[in-house]
Amino acid sequence: MREREDEWTDLMRLAISGDDAAYHRLLKAITPVLRAAARRGLARAGQPVDQSEDIVQDILLAVHLKRQTWDTSAPFAPWLFAIARNKLIDALRRRGKRIFVNIDDFAETLPGETPEPTASPGEVTAQLQALPARQRDVLQSIAVDSASIKDTAAKFSMTEGAVRVALHRGLASLTEKLRDR
Amino acid sequence: MDTDQLIRTLAADNAYRARPIGLALMLALLAAAPVSLLIFFAELGVRPDVMTAMHNPFFDLKFAVTLALAASAIAVSLHLSRPEASLRSFGWWLLIPAGILVAAISGEMMMPQRTPMMTRLIGKNSMACMTAIPAMSLPLLIGALYGLRQGAPARPAVAGAVAGLLSAGLAATVYASHCTDDSPLFVATWYTLATAIVASVGALMGKRALRY
Repeated sequence: MREREDEWTDLMRLAISGDDAAYHRLLKAITPVLRAAARRGLARAGQPVDQSEDIVQDILLAVHLKRQTWDTSAPFAPWLFAIARNKLIDALRRRGKRIFVNIDDFAETLPGETPEPTASPGEVTAQLQALPARQRDVLQSIAVDSASIKDTAAKFSMTEGAVRVALHRGLASLTEKLRDR
Repeated sequence: MDTDQLIRTLAADNAYRARPIGLALMLALLAAAPVSLLIFFAELGVRPDVMTAMHNPFFDLKFAVTLALAASAIAVSLHLSRPEASLRSFGWWLLIPAGILVAAISGEMMMPQRTPMMTRLIGKNSMACMTAIPAMSLPLLIGALYGLRQGAPARPAVAGAVAGLLSAGLAATVYASHCTDDSPLFVATWYTLATAIVASVGALMGKRALRY
């Protein structure tokens, strides 16, 4: 567990220094842990666990957009679990459940426990449709068609800089819509 | 969008760098400050005897209290903008201005005074103080909340209240140069009340504005 969390910290430091592949690996590595914890939280609140994927996506978006609040000299896991806990509480509250979420839900995931996503998450997809056309096109091109920034720029005859801006704005307004829904 | 697709999209946005929160807060406060100063110079202005007042240690102590409040609230605000942070480790910083105030009151008590205690406490400017500090704080509070939106506070209402303290500290620093009541008893009563009003407004606004 210690080892796993040290690895996360290293990956996040690499990501912030500009290593996109390390960032991708980090997000991949934390997702099963977040998923298991979201499921446990939902189960304890008596909610169907098939909504866990929406919560996982919520957490990932917050991790991405709030990275600047992580102190690079501190371990990554406590920061991650604080965000995850906040998002899980939010999700349960939105479903009308007031519940105490145990921080250990996140810290205690067993290494062997790697649940697969159950249901296809709907909330991000639904909000995606409400974005301005340009942001939606760029997000869809990169997410669904797995095009690179370069290819996306060529496809919509935009500059790469404009694609990057649309991508970031799209992710930010997606998050905003999810929060205010 | 499934989670793998979302992860790929987030990784593609890895190059984006948000402004550090300290910088975002500073820029937002600098943008809001002219509005507060405009209110000050249009409605109040510096007291005419400011040059002689500066030789009065109790006049200077007002600035020590308000600046200590602003500085400690800025530090606590930045700390609280991290998701894993709480008031537990840094909250005592907010007691520094209160400590200075208590020391100033005891200092004044030990000196011979021409005016009775209640007269000094009630002063002449209590209503001006109670309206000017909140009015000048409001632009700064809005600015502070805007800057702090970069953060991810665990308790948005608490973070908003501290943002209220920091704007009240800054506004009171400017207001102190207008006010002719220099007694620490006056400061402890009216400045504190005005600050409490701003902190409550900050908590209410922060609850919505600082959610992430």
